[in-house]
Amino acid sequence: MTAVVALEGITRVFSLGDVDVHALRGVSLSVERGEFVAVMGSSGSGKSTLMNVVGCLDRPTAGRYLLDGVDVSKQSRAQLARTRNKTIGFVFQSFNLLARTSALENVELPLLYSGVGTKERKARATAALQRVGLGERLDHLPNQLSGGQQQRVAIARALVTKPSLLLADEPTGALDTKTSEEVMTLLTGLEDITVVLVTHEHDVAAWAQRVVTLRDGKILSDKQQTPFRLDPKRQEA
Amino acid sequence: MGPLQTSRLALRALLRNKLRSFLTALGIIIGVAAVIAMVAIGEGARSQVEETFAAMGTNLLIVMPGSNSSGGARGGFGTQPTLTWDDLKAIQTEASLVSGAAPTLRMNGQVQSDEQNWGTSIQGTTPNYFEIRRWPTTLGSPMSDSDLDSGAKVMWLGATVAEKLFGPGSDPLGQAVRVKGVPFVVAGVLAKKGQSPMGQDYDDTVFIPSSTFKARLSPGLGNFLSGVIFVQVRTGEDTARAQRQVTSLLRDRHRLGQGAEDDFSIRNLAEVASAQQQGADTLSALLASIAAVSLLVGGIGIMNIMLVSVTERTREIGIRMAVGATPGQILAQFLVEALVLAIVGGLVGVGLGLFAAQQLSVQFGWPLLVRADIVALATGFSGLVGVGFGLYPALKASRMDPITALRFE
Repeated sequence: MTAVVALEGITRVFSLGDVDVHALRGVSLSVERGEFVAVMGSSGSGKSTLMNVVGCLDRPTAGRYLLDGVDVSKQSRAQLARTRNKTIGFVFQSFNLLARTSALENVELPLLYSGVGTKERKARATAALQRVGLGERLDHLPNQLSGGQQQRVAIARALVTKPSLLLADEPTGALDTKTSEEVMTLLTGLEDITVVLVTHEHDVAAWAQRVVTLRDGKILSDKQQTPFRLDPKRQEA
Repeated sequence: MGPLQTSRLALRALLRNKLRSFLTALGIIIGVAAVIAMVAIGEGARSQVEETFAAMGTNLLIVMPGSNSSGGARGGFGTQPTLTWDDLKAIQTEASLVSGAAPTLRMNGQVQSDEQNWGTSIQGTTPNYFEIRRWPTTLGSPMSDSDLDSGAKVMWLGATVAEKLFGPGSDPLGQAVRVKGVPFVVAGVLAKKGQSPMGQDYDDTVFIPSSTFKARLSPGLGNFLSGVIFVQVRTGEDTARAQRQVTSLLRDRHRLGQGAEDDFSIRNLAEVASAQQQGADTLSALLASIAAVSLLVGGIGIMNIMLVSVTERTREIGIRMAVGATPGQILAQFLVEALVLAIVGGLVGVGLGLFAAQQLSVQFGWPLLVRADIVALATGFSGLVGVGFGLYPALKASRMDPITALRFE
């Protein structure tokens, strides 16, 4: 079985005028199907750049990136867009929902760009919103929803295309502790999906089965761990 | 994503900002409406001029006798009879570029039917005058050579005079009309000819044979022709050359040496007509170009708003790209937004322009002259403006880097 993400010697260099900034200096990483991996690191460690490369928002300067067995490191912008559309779902710290657009339409958005017909789009988006517990709020606008609910809409949007990989960039960064726990419970409870979570908080990384730590553009450590879960009793309370 | 989806997306984005979209489209609305209304005005003015000169007769020269100067007071053209009946014959036979010539002797006087009387101008002429002026007889028969040869006391009424003497729609054929006590029989009524370029009513006149005019009304001075000669030139392009030809012919006949002033004058109506025509064309072009500028300004308005909109919606663009919109799809979305603005504006502008043209035509009494090609052109051009001025902002949107766009606050 091929790895969902296979990075081989990825480097990424930004030229800022005369200075070259090496954000990634040869990162090799493999994420298997169904894994829940947290990428940690302080700011400047290269984790955002790594997440952009893994998310096909950016191309590596050198190295090879196989996503679902397909080499995407040399793809054009349009090809990358299609790859993002079909294979990746994003969850951002600041939710990134379209304003003045209903929850349902926000979730329909990726399907719109892959050319799914109106009826099927509506049905799949509704199902995705029900899956995250927002079946009753299809017509709500983002500003009528709480932060936790907005993040659920974003998760529904990420899941609606049935992607191979879900990329979460500080998904709890804008949420309070209780809501964060709810969102993390939702993310860790998803089945049949590979999740890469980028965070700088140990509390959040604790939910993952595996923690990869970056420093200065290189992998510092890569450890398996027993994932943290809420005590079901406490959850009920 | 099909074109229908893209259009719906664009429409929704435009409706989210109704006032702004309306104001942007307004530039195009006004531009297109202005083009259509202005061209209609220009066409109306041109048709007015054309109609006037068509009534006057084209390819026409008018030869007038010279001025009488006695004791330093120069009397103006026509005060001294210098043209002779032989001059007329010479113009008819010797000038190669001339297809016909006819005299008109003119006096003002009272014409009387049994019931009514009317002051008008009485003109003596020959049958070919009506050909030269393209002036058909609608009732009765046209003047014939035998009328001329016999000096018959027969009369053709202009439409205005017929109405004044016998009432509208009546049949005055065979009725008696007296001029200075001389009884004439009405032999025909002429077609309505309208107004001269100076606003004079062509139809307020009566015609009798020139021979009768001389014998019964105003004998004139022997062989001198106390009136003017209408000359018809073979083709319109030859008018100026024909004018020179007639001038040299008459100078020869009048034995004018070099340096001597002409003792006659020739008016070239084609020249007057083309001058007025040019005036109308210039007006037309001027109005159209002003309107075109306003359409261009409308287009720049679209570009301006689209640029603002692209910047404002940077984050939206980032989100769309992150979930898989290709640069082409983003380009299409913004281009279609500009197109919708321009085309909707163009269509509303066409409606408004047609309405304005209709109002103007009523106001000025012109025929409604909306040129279909101009309407199509204005609409097409507004679409083109949409693409032209929408393309740059749309390209700008499609070239955004999703990472930067997502971080945009």
